[in-house]
Amino acid sequence: MAVSSGPPPYPGEVLVQPVAGDEVGFFTDSSICIGCKACEVACKQWNNVPVDDIRYLNSSYDNTGELSANSWRHVSFFEQKRDGGVAWLMNSDVCKHCKHAACLDVCPTGAIFRTEFDTVVVQADVCNGCGYCIPACPFGVLTRREGVVDQPAETHVAQKCTMCYDRLKGGDEPACAQACPTKSIQFGPLPALRERAQRRLDVLHQEGVDSARLYLADQSDNEIGGAGAFFLLLDEPAKYRYPERPITPTKRLGGMWLAAAAAAAVALAGVGAAAASGRR
Amino acid sequence: MTAQTTAEGGYYGRPVLKEPVWKPEVAVYFWLGGLAGISAVLGFAARLSGNDRLARSAWFTAFAALLPCPPLLIVDLGRPERFYNMLRVLKPTSPMSMGTWVLTAFGGVTAAAAAGELLGGIFATLGRVAEGAAALLGLPLATYTAVLLADTSVPVWHHARHHLPFVFAGSATASAGAAGAILTPSQHSRPARLAAIFGALLELGAAFAMERRLGPDARHYHEGAAARPAQAARALTGAGAALMTLGGRRPVAMAAGVLLLAGSLAERFAVLRAGPSSARATADGGTVRG
Repeated sequence: MAVSSGPPPYPGEVLVQPVAGDEVGFFTDSSICIGCKACEVACKQWNNVPVDDIRYLNSSYDNTGELSANSWRHVSFFEQKRDGGVAWLMNSDVCKHCKHAACLDVCPTGAIFRTEFDTVVVQADVCNGCGYCIPACPFGVLTRREGVVDQPAETHVAQKCTMCYDRLKGGDEPACAQACPTKSIQFGPLPALRERAQRRLDVLHQEGVDSARLYLADQSDNEIGGAGAFFLLLDEPAKYRYPERPITPTKRLGGMWLAAAAAAAVALAGVGAAAASGRR
Repeated sequence: MTAQTTAEGGYYGRPVLKEPVWKPEVAVYFWLGGLAGISAVLGFAARLSGNDRLARSAWFTAFAALLPCPPLLIVDLGRPERFYNMLRVLKPTSPMSMGTWVLTAFGGVTAAAAAGELLGGIFATLGRVAEGAAALLGLPLATYTAVLLADTSVPVWHHARHHLPFVFAGSATASAGAAGAILTPSQHSRPARLAAIFGALLELGAAFAMERRLGPDARHYHEGAAARPAQAARALTGAGAALMTLGGRRPVAMAAGVLLLAGSLAERFAVLRAGPSSARATADGGTVRG
């Protein structure tokens, strides 16, 4: 990082020069998200992500719906009636860039790889659209990009947030973080972001916002080994379409192979015994 | 207008997980791969025990079942023309990668084994060596597909991760035995019939244990798209196994074999179809657990 003392004060300009080997990521502070969707637009513009999945959904101001191959940022609007009015929980969701990423583990082509910034990126020109990463992801981030004809090279393959890999290599922060007008989306070195998130949480608790909590900020409440994108939420994770305790299915692969070996041994024993008994 | 919110938590009822996108071809592949894999084991065991007539049927089955497998897998890809990217890496963390290589190697040695059976002479000697390798590879070919499904976040698959391989191994053994019983005269087919019955019992028992393990998630085998194939699998496999015990006469063995083959295919459809139902049911984030 070019900034020696970590990210600048909160809130404020983020000025970081990530270099290879840095562990960088997003801290998304939903308590100051105003639901403007500048992140969604900036992401689409920079990454040329199609807009074909925006349709009326009858879910408050959210007509994006969920993360997908065509929505790499998704601003959720959880709407609650309160004292005759309406209260919103707004939050900009994004790929979590898991430290132990199931999508990366299961990818059979090597299209999904871990970058020098410790982020997880799909190479669209290598992916053959096998679909394995889609049910592997514990957050439901990935889908295949379908039905887009103006970029035929990138259709029918898995797509998701790259944390603007090209911008990171050029020394810039991701487009969504730069566009966010309230610095609800902050980009920087993860250790510094975690410290800042904790300070912010303390302030909110002092102000009486008891429901405020950090999500994925550490490794204790999940299996994913920590996240490259973590959040400050104002309600339980389920209200943001998040699993309470995300799993990394691929962590248990050894046990699965053992079960498969045992099952194969049983089949072998059965067939062998049948062949031997048929000899008589 | 105020949008609706779900009473039990969650975000407008939207699932946490995305649904698997694998098409029916994949269920057919699971079935054929299991049939081919355990047929190779049966062929090898029959050869060792001196039952060359059964070995011939089994190797024919292994080869015939194998042939459609690569095309079935390739057409399921989003970009079929890039299938060869599977062959640019060997990745132990990916069951699909390992399966690709098992299938590729199995294809080579099974073709050699079939050539030995058909051509004789020098090919017969080579074929015997290939038979051992094919039998060895047939075991993972028949079971890795269960690991492939279990190694996802889909609750109905992941929570059954220690049972699915037994369901698939049983189903594959039932189908391989069934094919042997159909293609072999009854005086030589007794090992195939016994293997078929054994496999059917293993499949049914493992499926029963799996549903117990799944608890509430087992509902995806009783409602939705998986319900009918799951029912069909139980009925066909149970009836086929019962009939196979009376299989001393060939027509009876053939009928039982057809039932078991159909039951095995239905089992794979049931398991594959349970996945999307289970993924859709994750609107409340609490259902995704370890």
